Amino acid sequence: MIEVRDLRKSFGRHPILDGVSFRVESGESVVIIGRSGGGKSVLLKHLIGLLQPDSGSVVIDGTNLCGLNERQLLPVRRKFGMLFQGAALFDSLTVAENIGFPLARERRHTPAEIRRKVAEALEMVELAGTEDKKPSELSGGMRKRVGLARAIIYQPEIVLYDEPTTGLDPVVSDSIDKLILRVRDRLKVTTVVVTHDMRSARTVGNRILMLHDRRIYVAGTPEEIFNSTDPVVHRFVNGISVPKEHYF
Amino acid sequence: MKGAAKRFVVDWLEGLGRLAILARESLASLFLVRVAWRDFLYQLYFIGIKSQAVVIITGAFTGMVLAANTYFQFHKVKMDTATLAVVSVSMCDELGPVLTALMVAGRVGAAMAAELGTMKVTEQIDALRTLATHPVDYLVVPRLLASLVSLPLLTIESMAMGITSGYLVGVFLLGIDPAYLYHNMVTYTKGVDILIGLNKAFVFGGIIAIIGCYKGMTCGEGAEGVGRATTEAVVYASITILITNFFLTLTHNELLRLFVL
Repeated sequence: MIEVRDLRKSFGRHPILDGVSFRVESGESVVIIGRSGGGKSVLLKHLIGLLQPDSGSVVIDGTNLCGLNERQLLPVRRKFGMLFQGAALFDSLTVAENIGFPLARERRHTPAEIRRKVAEALEMVELAGTEDKKPSELSGGMRKRVGLARAIIYQPEIVLYDEPTTGLDPVVSDSIDKLILRVRDRLKVTTVVVTHDMRSARTVGNRILMLHDRRIYVAGTPEEIFNSTDPVVHRFVNGISVPKEHYF
Repeated sequence: MKGAAKRFVVDWLEGLGRLAILARESLASLFLVRVAWRDFLYQLYFIGIKSQAVVIITGAFTGMVLAANTYFQFHKVKMDTATLAVVSVSMCDELGPVLTALMVAGRVGAAMAAELGTMKVTEQIDALRTLATHPVDYLVVPRLLASLVSLPLLTIESMAMGITSGYLVGVFLLGIDPAYLYHNMVTYTKGVDILIGLNKAFVFGGIIAIIGCYKGMTCGEGAEGVGRATTEAVVYASITILITNFFLTLTHNELLRLFVL
């Protein structure tokens, strides 16, 4: 279970998160939506301890991550898998080495075991046979699939997705959404997805949280959010801009 | 103006503090966490083997120019045969370790900062952390250890090249008697001179790796951030090597005075 309490974070003089609180139950699939630059990825990075808040707390299964140092965070992070926006594959390693990286670091598995698990993970993300390719030889969608295979290879309890469909065409985006659902259902993991892709949010979320004005503005089921009459929520989910807002 | 000066001092002190924390983390990891030997061997190859050409050329030409200049001065007072002794002591005590370290800082320190900086801006370092791997264990320790091993070995190579090329210039170009040249070199060069040079090289190896890795891991966003980190890694490592060298020379001489002489 993930519990975020009154989280505040500023970069310099710019407040990004100002009193964010929510809770994600085990096995739940939660989507966090919000405007670009609104602090969604910053919030996600707090959940796994990549960023430390100015105040507030992030509690994972009873362990408060805030105040733990990098080495104390390592065992907690074994519960997590994370897919980054750009996949963040290690470009000096092959696909197989990328996916098998966490297992090789543990030094508890034989090379044959690692090869078998890598093949299974690649099978799950429908990329069998790409073991020897380098990340630079893969398309954007393939990179995300490899990133996901790496995130789930040690069977984490929680999987975090940072903008999983950004920069992909609608067909590949749909395949990534289906993959997220497959991972959720097969591995029974808690899923937290950060996105501003409304189609993706509707597909993968049991519950949607909207981050607006540096805090959770509204939370509800996809139906509640998409049928909301609140002007802020309505404008966001339907992609309607306000003329007085300056984007450029 | 006063505010800017204050911010500069605060930023500088904070940077120094973070550098010290990274050094402490790295040393703790070196002794407490199992080293990834495959990564260490690759770094040893990259830092040690691939730096040889630049170190050999630097050592050789430094020895040659030092021999020629020393001869031109010493010839006036009929001390031609002391030429190689000056080359040898200089190469062992100062020029060997310092020039080797400066050349390696330019080649390896920059590469470390660029590689780790690129990993940072493409979120690969964050990805490492999410895979329950401490970036210091995986990225810094193999580079630090390889640098600590490589620098003394490269320095020995540089010393040998400098003295050999100095000898060749002295004998074949300047016409100095080879027997006296060699005899004086052996008489005035002590084992402790070589030890001082190697100790300096060891310290410089640590400086290059820690500053290179620190600049990479704390670099700013985008191509500009990586470029700046690379430049700063070379400049800061070079300046730190030159400043540290002065204090190491004083310390070594004081230790020699207390325990040897």
